[in-house]
Amino acid sequence: MVYDALIAPFIEFEFMRRALAAVIALSLGGAPIGVFLMLRRMSLVGDAMAHAILPGAAIGFLLSGLNLFAMTAGGLIAGFTVAILAGVVARITELKEDASLATFYLASLALGVTIVSIKGTNIDLLHVLFGNILAMDDQTLLVIAFNATITLAVLAVIYRPLVIESVDPVFLRTVSRAGAPAHLVFLALVVVNLVNGFQALGTLLAVGLMILPAGIARFWSRDITGMISIAVASAIVSGYAGLVLSFQTRVPSGPAIILVAALLYVVSVLFGSVRGVIRQMFPAPHLEA
Amino acid sequence: MGVCLAFDEVKMAAQLQFRDVTLGYDRHPAVHHLSGEVTAGALLAVVGPNGAGKSTLFRGLVGILRPLAGTILTAGLDTRDIAYLPQTADIDRSFPISVFDFVGTGLWRQTGLFGGIGREARGKIEKALSAVGLSGFENRGIGTLSGGQMQRMLFARVLLQDARLIVLDEPFNAIDAKTSADLLALVGQWHAEKRTVLAALHDMELVRAHFPETLLLARGQVAWGSTADVLTTENLLEARRMCEAFDDSAAACAVDDKTSQAA
Repeated sequence: MVYDALIAPFIEFEFMRRALAAVIALSLGGAPIGVFLMLRRMSLVGDAMAHAILPGAAIGFLLSGLNLFAMTAGGLIAGFTVAILAGVVARITELKEDASLATFYLASLALGVTIVSIKGTNIDLLHVLFGNILAMDDQTLLVIAFNATITLAVLAVIYRPLVIESVDPVFLRTVSRAGAPAHLVFLALVVVNLVNGFQALGTLLAVGLMILPAGIARFWSRDITGMISIAVASAIVSGYAGLVLSFQTRVPSGPAIILVAALLYVVSVLFGSVRGVIRQMFPAPHLEA
Repeated sequence: MGVCLAFDEVKMAAQLQFRDVTLGYDRHPAVHHLSGEVTAGALLAVVGPNGAGKSTLFRGLVGILRPLAGTILTAGLDTRDIAYLPQTADIDRSFPISVFDFVGTGLWRQTGLFGGIGREARGKIEKALSAVGLSGFENRGIGTLSGGQMQRMLFARVLLQDARLIVLDEPFNAIDAKTSADLLALVGQWHAEKRTVLAALHDMELVRAHFPETLLLARGQVAWGSTADVLTTENLLEARRMCEAFDDSAAACAVDDKTSQAA
């Protein structure tokens, strides 16, 4: 019974195995990025970037139909353009990053909707917006795995300046010039992972597999290594449980994955060991010293 | 006397030279036409009323604020040879990082982007923590520290930076007597090690007792020299008369025009 519900779908159906592989790769790359987004108070920036990718993907779609590479390339170009322009504007002017990003992403979202409305059916639009993790072909899977690998490698390179810049930016500026490049590279990684996610989850939900696990991790760990590990684990668990839920109930796969993550998030808010609600309402007795 | 001065000049190389430096924000000067030298190994207090430009001067010195005019020469110091302790440390205290790791960032000069923290480096970090009286705090998150402990931790990082020039912006503000005495002892130690130390301070008694040289700043230089000569009643009164507010309709500085023509 348990076997039928939890394991059999993946043994019987190849598309389920592919979906699981995709969601694991997405978790490995996206969740650490999400932790940094959260710690740098950029969670909504990730959301904004996800919208910014839409017009690029739409242009790719306009030029060559539902072609994976065209849409990915378009999304990457649009995302990088918005990320880098917003980052540069924030660094050289008084405007904060969130404000400048809001401007750029609204403009590109408007552009994207315009482009999509020129050509394309509602089903195409749905595919772009919500993805389809159950329709992974070899190529898509390889692209996702490749991007996840690149993400982890690059994150390892910029890890130290990124951490120091998050905790004490003035210090980093006095010892090194690595701060600005690290920040821009980090934004690029955000874009790579959003584009990566939209194959599976669509432009609107791709950011969910990055941000929600990070939020979950915050309630279970006090140090950044632990947070990243927990975020990756909870992303994988959400992905797996979401796929099972989707298979058994016909809930669309993308939303199912994000809903499971949201459920884990609620549980963490309530029962988390680090300042969870219950822990705060019924605190353990204070210590002697 | 003259001979003595000449001897000093030969012996003491200038670590810092301010050449007609103007620093500020949006063209408004916060430090106006400052010229002077700091010899290597000096222990210099920078005093002045709020808004006198002490922090601005330090920001210019460590290279996070570009001068509006003039130059600051640091006699071959790399940015890594300068340790800077800002006034309101711009630190995200909610960030999940331990005291040990945070202080360890002071080793940036040795480790850079990728260098590992080996056993020797660990020993150094432990030593720095014990020097500031924070042994046993290694695994605490930085968010759990009190204000005084935070300042001790920042001093530990400065200690690890092993810098030839140390710039401390109001290091003893809101710190109890015990902590400031401990940290002041570290400053004395740095001075003994022939490092150049600049500190912005408000406590005149402390400056008189521990700092041989003083720069009294009130946007421009009011007085600069040995502490006893600088901290006179007249000088302090003159510094206090400085007007703090920017004048939005101020004309371009005439001295600038002259110097640019001369150049």
